[in-house]
Amino acid sequence: MLSLLSEPVGLSHYLIVGAVMFVSGAVCMATKRNALGVLMGIELVLNGANVNFVAFGSDFLARNPNYGIGLDGHVIALFVIVLAAAEAAVALAIVLNFYNNHATIDVDKADELKG
Amino acid sequence: MDPINWHTLFFLLFAGIACAFALGVVFSSNVVRMAFFLIISLAATAGLFFLAGADFVGAMQLVLYVGGTLVLLVFGVMLTAQSPFISIRTSGGDWILAALVGGSMLAILVPTALMIGERANMPSAEADATTRAEPPGAIQPVVMAKEEPTVAMLPPVPVESRPTATNIGQALIGVRVDKLEETNERKRAGLAGYVMPFEVISIHLLVVLVGAAFLARARRRAKSRFADAA
Amino acid sequence: MVEFINEKIFGFSPTEAALAVPGQVIVALWAAFLILNLIAVGALLFIWMERKIAGRIQDRLGPTRVGGRFGWLQTLADGIKLIAKEDLMPGGADGLLFRLAPYVAFCASFGAFIALPFATGWVGLELNVAVFFITAVLGLEVFGVILAGYASASKWSLFGAMREAAQVISYEVPLGLCIVIPVMIAGTMDLIKIGNEQAGWFTNWFLFHDPFTFITAFVYFTCATASVNRAPFDLAEAESELVAGFHTEYSGLRWSFFFMAEYGSMLLVSALGAILFCGGWNGPIPVVAMIGGEHASQLSGFAFVVANLLGTIMFLGKAILGVTLMMWARWTLPRLRIDQVITTCWKYCTPIVGVMFIGVMVWQAYQLPSPRDLGWGSLEPGSVREAWHPSDEAKATPAVDKQARVDDLQMTDDAQARVE
Repeated sequence: MLSLLSEPVGLSHYLIVGAVMFVSGAVCMATKRNALGVLMGIELVLNGANVNFVAFGSDFLARNPNYGIGLDGHVIALFVIVLAAAEAAVALAIVLNFYNNHATIDVDKADELKG
Repeated sequence: MDPINWHTLFFLLFAGIACAFALGVVFSSNVVRMAFFLIISLAATAGLFFLAGADFVGAMQLVLYVGGTLVLLVFGVMLTAQSPFISIRTSGGDWILAALVGGSMLAILVPTALMIGERANMPSAEADATTRAEPPGAIQPVVMAKEEPTVAMLPPVPVESRPTATNIGQALIGVRVDKLEETNERKRAGLAGYVMPFEVISIHLLVVLVGAAFLARARRRAKSRFADAA
Repeated sequence: MVEFINEKIFGFSPTEAALAVPGQVIVALWAAFLILNLIAVGALLFIWMERKIAGRIQDRLGPTRVGGRFGWLQTLADGIKLIAKEDLMPGGADGLLFRLAPYVAFCASFGAFIALPFATGWVGLELNVAVFFITAVLGLEVFGVILAGYASASKWSLFGAMREAAQVISYEVPLGLCIVIPVMIAGTMDLIKIGNEQAGWFTNWFLFHDPFTFITAFVYFTCATASVNRAPFDLAEAESELVAGFHTEYSGLRWSFFFMAEYGSMLLVSALGAILFCGGWNGPIPVVAMIGGEHASQLSGFAFVVANLLGTIMFLGKAILGVTLMMWARWTLPRLRIDQVITTCWKYCTPIVGVMFIGVMVWQAYQLPSPRDLGWGSLEPGSVREAWHPSDEAKATPAVDKQARVDDLQMTDDAQARVE
């Protein structure tokens, strides 16, 4: 435990956090039947990706400069955040519409287009 | 006893919170609690961003993601939070399938992360030899060749991070001030910055704004107009 | 201070003192202690003030008995009563979230204070994006309210929380635009730099920078009042319609946490407004310039502490004045309806501040004059000091300062020439 505390943090630590968040999000998307739960899964996936971008963009996590993407990582993370906001707004509008029309938010009930 | 690395301590703290509450989102069945766990997880992620030296992105995460998007999400949750929908159970078969898929994804991602981290901490020459990612004609950075391998083998030291807000702002309007002095040809690519993506995203946001307002508008007016016509 | 503690108390060598950990921990704890006390004592003071102001506005006396003539210990008595109260939780409530909600609200309010500077260099955490950080963290307070509203399992609470969510999201837009305007003039998001930019006479304050910022300051005050949920925008706890809104089901100490969070954020937005528009720790009269520098960062030792102490007192005075204005508004204006609140945000505040934003942009782009450029506020530290201590001038100023001052003077002349 002490050695874990005294070692400096590297790129891989961040990537593992990103991986855990990504997988949680993916599982969340797959298992939740509540439409808003699916939406939360998407947010988690996007954030897992964001952690990776920021980690690669960080100046001091990677010693080898070929692995750092510098400011690009930050800017891409910003774009992801903005797009996530847009996506959440549209998805929420769709979910609320669905709720108004069908009186449920269970995604398994949205099967009218099934042949 | 080695001295405690405080950067690492805080990293472990924030990373632990972020991961634990991300798992909490997955395993909770109450949608309101899921939303709350998601908020904590994303706020801890903002802390991770600050630790990685991305102060502007971290603050943006707090403002836009936690303060904006998630409030919207919680708003949606509360609009639809009637007792039958608060916790919808998932069938056991779905869980097994999801666990299989998630476990295999994790089994691929974690070793990859470890591998990349290992290479990223290698001195430049060795890493290039192992990755072969470099195109043949690329110019090796002169600075790195001079660097002593003993120095390069040192683990990365958390240094004082530089403020990034100005550089990001300049990059969004098309000047990469951080790359003007760059000697590495590969990293000089993209000197023009992000004007085009920035404009595209602006238009995109406008479209989304109109679209969301259209989707979520009240139906009453349309009906009454129809009634008037009839 | 970190170096000092590490060197003198823990005996680190001067080279490692700057990075050694014990000193940093002590300084961090000290800062946290100070901020916590500021919020707690501030809440004590503000609750008493609110009672007195409400009383006077309604033509009565307010508290008079507890603790002497002015009833200034009334809040303490209230606090003891609250601690002794039974802690209730409704039967249908979501226990975990119900218990957590007050702490979420309080932590958000407290966390934002970390990046708030009280004078040059006196700040818990010096952040390059301080102003951004403060608005971000302050925005998290809404989660405490929403959770409380949901977890209480009460219709009144839920209605209050929904109103709060809609209101806070809406008001973040004009509030953010208002904050961007001083940031644009100062060219930085660092609150210390923004404050120091306004050093000198009160004409240097961004409030008087140009007509557009003058109007912006009032829009900021309106939006800040709305974003911390104060009357006339306190729809989340409208007692005439919703009993007590989101904290209907709360009692005792948990309820008092909500109250402290509310007063904490009132103080915070007022303090932020003081820095952004009213010069922060720079008084209406350039006291620091009389002591010997343009701002306190150019002083050292005892003079620095004196200048900063004066600055902090001035700063807290301005912040408390802002809070007083909010109380005045609360006991004078009737509460708006929810649709009126949203209309005020989207149909009035946002367009107005948008126009102001463009106006300031044009003002900056064409380099139109502000009082400072006209020479009204640009009393040089030297000349101010000369007026006060005519003889000291020559030996007190190093040559570098003189050169810098000459440059400044030339720049001022240039600005005047441009205007003419």
